[in-house]
Amino acid sequence: MATETVTPASAQHDPPVAEQQPLTRQDRIGLLRAMLQMRGIEQRAMSLYRQGKVPGSFYDGFGQEAVSAGAAFAMAAEDRLCILHRDLAAHLIRGVPPERIFAQYMGRADGITAGRDGNVHFGDRHVGCVGMVSMLPDMMLVAAGMAMAFKLRGEPRCALTWFGDGSTSRGDFHEAMNWAGVQKLPVVFVLENNQYAYSTPLDKQFAVDPVQRATAYGFEGVSVDGNDVEAMFEATRAARERAIAGGGPTLIEAVTMRMHGHAAHDDMKYVPIEQVQEWKQRDPIDRQEQRLGALGVDVDELRTTVAQELDAAVQQALTGPMPSAEDVLDGVFCDGEAEPLGDGRAPWSGFGQGDA
Amino acid sequence: MPTMTYLQAISSALRDELRADERVLVMGEDIGVFGGAFKVTDGLYEEFGQDRVMDTPLAESAIIGTAVGAAVVGLRPVCEMQFSDFVSCGFDQLVNVAGKMHYRQGLAVPIVVRLPSGGGFSGGPFHSQNPEALFMHSPGIKVVAPSTAEDAKGLLHAAIHDPNPVCFMEHKHLYRRVKGEVPEGVYETPFTARIARPGEDLVVIAYGAMVDVALQATEDLDGAHVEVLDLRSLVPLDRDAILSSVKRCSKVVVVDEANMTCAAGAQVAALIAEHGFEDLDGPIVRVATPDVPIPFSPPLEQAVLPGVDRVREACRELLAY
Repeated sequence: MATETVTPASAQHDPPVAEQQPLTRQDRIGLLRAMLQMRGIEQRAMSLYRQGKVPGSFYDGFGQEAVSAGAAFAMAAEDRLCILHRDLAAHLIRGVPPERIFAQYMGRADGITAGRDGNVHFGDRHVGCVGMVSMLPDMMLVAAGMAMAFKLRGEPRCALTWFGDGSTSRGDFHEAMNWAGVQKLPVVFVLENNQYAYSTPLDKQFAVDPVQRATAYGFEGVSVDGNDVEAMFEATRAARERAIAGGGPTLIEAVTMRMHGHAAHDDMKYVPIEQVQEWKQRDPIDRQEQRLGALGVDVDELRTTVAQELDAAVQQALTGPMPSAEDVLDGVFCDGEAEPLGDGRAPWSGFGQGDA
Repeated sequence: MPTMTYLQAISSALRDELRADERVLVMGEDIGVFGGAFKVTDGLYEEFGQDRVMDTPLAESAIIGTAVGAAVVGLRPVCEMQFSDFVSCGFDQLVNVAGKMHYRQGLAVPIVVRLPSGGGFSGGPFHSQNPEALFMHSPGIKVVAPSTAEDAKGLLHAAIHDPNPVCFMEHKHLYRRVKGEVPEGVYETPFTARIARPGEDLVVIAYGAMVDVALQATEDLDGAHVEVLDLRSLVPLDRDAILSSVKRCSKVVVVDEANMTCAAGAQVAALIAEHGFEDLDGPIVRVATPDVPIPFSPPLEQAVLPGVDRVREACRELLAY
């Protein structure tokens, strides 16, 4: 399995911005901040789960924070995302406040789904996100459909979705890859290769690395170090540029490692300890902290700030109400006008907002 | 008012919507250049072009899944399953993605899935099914099933205007056999039942192709005045109209062309048993296709599909109860 960062072959076609360093100091801090928030939220949520305050099960993306942070950071406000269950940083970058995420985990009224769906099964429609379903590659088709609409209307917008190595075995992966290739859609597919689908390792999942399949569908596949947030950003930025310029889809394989079990109950006994130890050396947050430390950024202060914010967010979520069962039957159907997805936050300075 | 076949009425609704609303697009297998397996979309490609009358890859999950994506960013996709049987390949996208979206996230999914359904012409086990009950059982999906040309057009307009996923069951056997006057322009038929013929001695409750079978079977039934209630919509189900007919007639025959177990008629029968029991003057009688795949050969197919004789016999027996 390739783990080195690969520069997309079409980089020479990118507009001039690609020739400069696209990430400012503030951007790079923003990327770290999103990853710290993600890890901090998930650590606190795991505690809440063990305290019995998070019903059901709990899934996290420990060790994979760079994949969602880097990719989401490259997306514009008017772009649209289907976010999966190990991609919490994407919600944060789009502007979902941590207290609503804690409320979501705890099935409370202030959660994004107000208790109607659990854990990471959410997407805030007001910030341009569609929540996942449990049949994981399904959202590849939804993302392709959003991209199809953008292309039909001639809009310079892009759709992006994540999915895992296990998803590549299902038919919807093929249908989405094929459809996107045939129609040359402005969509970015991020294959989050975290080595295991639940307990199933890669060699029982596929005979050929899925990134190689992209060529067979008529578009480019790139393999990226999924534990390097800036590499993830750059690969996604390039893929998005290509998409909105009419160059069609890109498959980005983010090579990473799921450092926790599939869910809270899973002790990962099927994972060799050496594999975990090896990947621990490549922690995405450590790496970004080292980068920023070398630039003179006070990383400890950032950590402290994020921790304080998250502690406050937990307290706020804990005081929020549980949903009322009185309206449990409401909302199966839309009774009013269909309201399309809204725009999200796009903190990358390249979009001129620069509020990372 | 012009006279149209059921098929022409569906085509007319699609054409009117494509003209009136730039958000509408029609998508499916072989529907563009070829005009569709049944020619429902014939001529639309020429008028509206390949972007709005879209020939897609042969992939039902993708047709429905991409329609969901297009819908949540503002389009109004109308998908065609070439045969309703093929929706099994798109079941997950329809049931899990489209159907649950609004309840979970408050995000509306205005898509229509057209499902050419039903048997009667040796289509065999994979070109004859009536899968509507699968979607009645799945929260968040509306299901309509017109029996006349006027309702075919009006229900399709209403389905396209609806902010929810709607399964539009269009019966293939009615395409060219049913004709009627159809109002011009855009109009909506409500998702409610219609009394196809009033009566007071017995009511036959049916939808789709079985409405015409019920009308024929009871046209001259030993002087009895038999009501025929055309459900038109299965989700929502018009509870008031059903119970009102039961109250008036006291005897009920429920007809499905679908397989018997858990069919739409089973829900109707349960509704009546629970809420109309006091008005009944006899058992609720069901006529449906037995629980077998639809066989190919004409004598076998005719042996399982409900026809005029079986419905007439069921009504006769119940009237004599």
